[in-house]
Amino acid sequence: MTPADDADPVEEPADEENVETDGGRGDPQVHTIQLELPDEPGRLLAALQPVADNGGNLLSVVHERGERTPRGRIPVAIDLECPPERFDGILEGLRETGVTVVTADAEAYADELVVVLVGHLVDTGLSGTLQRLRKHAGATVADVTLSAPDADAPEEPSAARLHLRTRAGGAEQTLEAVRSVAEEKDLTVVEPLGGV
Amino acid sequence: MRLAVLGAGAVGSSVAELAGEYGHTVVALADSSTAAVDADGIDTERALSAKVAGAGLGDADPEDALAAAYDALVEATPTTLGDAQPGFDHVATALERDRHVVLANKGPAAERYAELRALAASSAGRVRFEAAVGGAIPVLSTLSDLGPERVEAVRGVLNGTANFVLSRMAAEGLDYEHVLAEAQDLGVAEADPTFDVEGTDAALKGVILSNRLSEAGVDDPDELEAATTSLDEADVQGITGLPPNALELAAEDGQTVRLIAEATADTVRVGPRLVPENGTLAVSGTRNIVELETAHAGRLAISGRGAGGDATATAVLSDVNRL
Repeated sequence: MTPADDADPVEEPADEENVETDGGRGDPQVHTIQLELPDEPGRLLAALQPVADNGGNLLSVVHERGERTPRGRIPVAIDLECPPERFDGILEGLRETGVTVVTADAEAYADELVVVLVGHLVDTGLSGTLQRLRKHAGATVADVTLSAPDADAPEEPSAARLHLRTRAGGAEQTLEAVRSVAEEKDLTVVEPLGGV
Repeated sequence: MRLAVLGAGAVGSSVAELAGEYGHTVVALADSSTAAVDADGIDTERALSAKVAGAGLGDADPEDALAAAYDALVEATPTTLGDAQPGFDHVATALERDRHVVLANKGPAAERYAELRALAASSAGRVRFEAAVGGAIPVLSTLSDLGPERVEAVRGVLNGTANFVLSRMAAEGLDYEHVLAEAQDLGVAEADPTFDVEGTDAALKGVILSNRLSEAGVDDPDELEAATTSLDEADVQGITGLPPNALELAAEDGQTVRLIAEATADTVRVGPRLVPENGTLAVSGTRNIVELETAHAGRLAISGRGAGGDATATAVLSDVNRL
């Protein structure tokens, strides 16, 4: 028996420098990972465990049992948030549990597009707007900059610039979702001119 | 060539003044209530100063101008929405008399394109309307030279007023109302700028471009009506009330906002769009630009003055020379 085997399994990891309970050093970033799981009970739960174990915050899980990958497995897309330095640990943790990681953002989100929204963004719930885009636009919101009106003209509309990362060829679907949220909330969308 | 000029606003008067230099004779010049008509050529300067003095262009009736002995009618009356009248009737009368027509008025080509083509088909006269899109910019003749069937889309800045407002807002960080008032003082925007800032003017030009593109895919003239796009079918958004902070956010990202019209054979879209700050389409002031997406030669861009009497008259007189 080696000293290591003797150690308490829940003991703090030796590398204490990297352990921070409040979310790590960098600002959390949103990532999307596409996985393939065998169609067996409990596999989804097991696959999600490494996300929490490695300091990730799960934002959404899209799991469609009806769909099959060419290899006969079930595709699952998960959106999560974590400090930049923890992302590799999450991917590693997933692979260790035997989950196939098909793509992790950089590859999946090939295009970035910028839109400017104008209107009463704060009153109409900016975070709700962003959440809807995350959910329905097939995109991750990579950056948001809000510019509120001057204090002497609070009735003026505010403007927000969003950087959206979409899948290759998915820009039109994303824009469609942006338009639909904007119409509902009476916002004006200044769209990018494609192919400039 | 003998010209009858209907409309004595900025464009009509410039056409009348410059026609001589191009070797043409103006035999009639009319506004909505008066006209000067002379088969040997009218005294343009006298007619225009009489109008300025409030006496009208001459003793004749506008109807006399339409009935005069001209080879080509220059239709430069104001663009009207809906039935494009009275411009359309003027065009019809000239074509029925087997005379040529050159339009500066956007209405007939934007709103009654198929009828316009049908009238021209049964006339010995021809119709041209270069001046209706992009002022002095030779966009329609370039489109014809390339062959509309080899142009996939046309887009650009087609309204100088909206472009002036957006580029001033971006450059000075001023708000919309302030810049619009400045534009009105400079004569760049009209007292009622609705047509320009709501995108209608750019949309009419987009519709004309779309009509020209869709014509390429139609063999039977009877099918043209169904193939063309109307103003109602266009997706139009203006720039009214766009806050300066939207332009600031765009600028932080190396971009700016321009009112862009896009036309394909089936669609017309006008709206404020993000374009690269130093890109081709980010022209400043009242300048216009048109970019043609060609099948075999990539993109072709032409920029210039999109409005103004002499600039538009130049396009009219180039059309007269093409007849």
